[in-house]
Amino acid sequence: MLERFAPGAQLDGFVVGECIHSGGNAFIYKVTPPPSRDPGFPIVLKVPAIGRAQPTISIVSFEMEEMIHPLLSGNHVPRFFAVGDLSATPYIAMEWIEGEGLAAIVRRAPLPLDEVVRVGAALADAVSSVHAQEVVHLDLKPENFILRPNGEAVILDFGFAHHARYPDLLAEEQHFAAGSAPYVSPEQLHKDRSDPRSDLFALGVLLYELATGTQPFGAPTTYAGMRDRLWRAPPPPRSVDARIPPWLQEVILRCLEPTADVRYQSAAHLAFDLRHPDQVPLTERSASTDGVGLLANVGRWWRGRRDKLPVARTARIQAPMIMVAIDTLHPEDERHPALQWTTRQIISLNPEFRLLCVSVISAAPLGEGRTDQETASGRHMEHVLRLRQWIEPLKLPASRLSLHVVESASAGDTLLQLARANNVDLIVLGAPWPKQKKLAWLRSVASNVTANAHCSVHVVRVTRRPQGHP
Amino acid sequence: MRIALLSDIHANLEALNACLAHARTNGAERFAFLGDLVGYGADPSAVVDIVTKHVADGAVAVKGNHDEAVENSSGYFNDAAQAAIDWARESLTGEQKQFLATLPLVTREGDLCFVHASAAAPARWNYIDSATEAQHCIDATDAAYTFCGHLHDQALYFEAGPGRMREFRPVTGTPIPVRDHRRWLAIVGTVGQPRDRNPAAAYTLFDRERQEVTFFRVAYDAGAAADKIRKCGLPGSLAYRVEQGI
Repeated sequence: MLERFAPGAQLDGFVVGECIHSGGNAFIYKVTPPPSRDPGFPIVLKVPAIGRAQPTISIVSFEMEEMIHPLLSGNHVPRFFAVGDLSATPYIAMEWIEGEGLAAIVRRAPLPLDEVVRVGAALADAVSSVHAQEVVHLDLKPENFILRPNGEAVILDFGFAHHARYPDLLAEEQHFAAGSAPYVSPEQLHKDRSDPRSDLFALGVLLYELATGTQPFGAPTTYAGMRDRLWRAPPPPRSVDARIPPWLQEVILRCLEPTADVRYQSAAHLAFDLRHPDQVPLTERSASTDGVGLLANVGRWWRGRRDKLPVARTARIQAPMIMVAIDTLHPEDERHPALQWTTRQIISLNPEFRLLCVSVISAAPLGEGRTDQETASGRHMEHVLRLRQWIEPLKLPASRLSLHVVESASAGDTLLQLARANNVDLIVLGAPWPKQKKLAWLRSVASNVTANAHCSVHVVRVTRRPQGHP
Repeated sequence: MRIALLSDIHANLEALNACLAHARTNGAERFAFLGDLVGYGADPSAVVDIVTKHVADGAVAVKGNHDEAVENSSGYFNDAAQAAIDWARESLTGEQKQFLATLPLVTREGDLCFVHASAAAPARWNYIDSATEAQHCIDATDAAYTFCGHLHDQALYFEAGPGRMREFRPVTGTPIPVRDHRRWLAIVGTVGQPRDRNPAAAYTLFDRERQEVTFFRVAYDAGAAADKIRKCGLPGSLAYRVEQGI
């Protein structure tokens, strides 16, 4: 075991301060960087517990972290700063994240519904951001999340992570590489470390814990105990607390499906459902309050024994969030068929898509109008119906689709905000029409969205091609 | 120090020039040629000249089975391959043949080992096509890094635990950290005759100080190389393979 650094000790120019964590595989110290290298944000050093008394897993997991952490960016991971030489004193210097640890939040569970949703969606956003960077975390647990004061979640500890473009040094460390017992996914128990949906399973366990205050599979201490989750259905959250709404039970149990193929296919989809309970299609998962019967459990056990779990071909499941902006104020606009045609093309390439149909309408006049159509709610409903009519020819199942009518004076900014809030991967919208061209592309919604979106934007223009026929 | 590792050039001058240019652009200061300079392709003479010049400037070069066959046919080759060996024998000068004949089978430089096939019995030309073969290869040397050719597909083997090598299929252009407390074996890919349905030339760059290895695929005019193969009367199948990358 390494000596614990005393406050004031120096390490590669860092002045060591308080030790804020010790245990597991590492110590974490607050440090002051050398003035010449001050990055402008507070720094901590993570020093792995490497030594004769320590298992080799600490070294391998340090190697993985030093490989993967520098590749990650965005608000949902601590900024990477420096790494210490593995042959001298290994450490990773990274940003110190101010906020509340998820472990402390979980200790307060069960939480009120709105907090479960807020925290759960923030965790899913963070996982979505890491998955988008080709990394599967594989050790999501309360100790590895911090919630910033603004509500954003930050993921820590990439020592068990997997990156599709880098060798998996942990692949042989089968006894340890499976993550933490309460959160480990069926795939990991089958020694598959490449499936991002394993993180969705762990998120399901965390959501369950936040909502009920209990763990769905307990905290087994043996491998056989962990394997129970390959077939045993957890007690439905509503059997623990009847106040949990059916939609949330649906969401949680979908995350906890033993077969990755029937779970959520992306963290962005999970975050979306948590934020739009009215859009969650309810299945028998939502209804059960007394758990799976003995006979059904025997069936699940048999399938769990027999089934080989499908292996994901790539670390990145193609399950994009696609947002299409539809101008329901002008239903006769000649651009609609072209936009429909393009939307159809795009979703046909992505079997696991979610499609958000958005119409931005100008704010309703104050006060009640004379007819239904002039009241705010009447107008809103009118445009929802127009959206439904627009998308109807594509014959999409409700689970793939959501309709949003938003009142706003600025269509562009509203679309941008919605896209960011829902982890959208692609925005599809119409170019200004020919008559507007002179008016200035620069002032159009399409140009604003194209210039400022966080994701790809597909701008659809009407061409001479026959329209409306794929 | 960045070392460009080029193997299985197979007399493909266009592919070699493209890889050398790519490597220089990416900071290569040294070059290692891992055998099979000749065979299959139209330009054995020009390729041997380029390698000879690099060796005079300090490059590493080892012998491959096709290079050996110029001197000493073994009956090991199929008809098309044999035709290309005969073509090489015809077109090379005595001096060039002498250069091939005197190439070593293995070269060691510190903790680096360069070999065409396997460091375990290099003259037997065994393919490293599994973690087990990779293990045999590194068991025969104490080098931290072993670089091989012979098999045309790029691969990186790493020691996941004592005596347990594991295979990884690298992604073009991604620098992979390869720490020297582990042992690594890279199959660097073929410059002149890819067989993975991608005609782009393959080579690998190793950064000694940063301990990083980057596998590359380089687009080049495979059509021109194939045309030359047809024009010098070699079997059409050899031209087709170069064009299609099969």
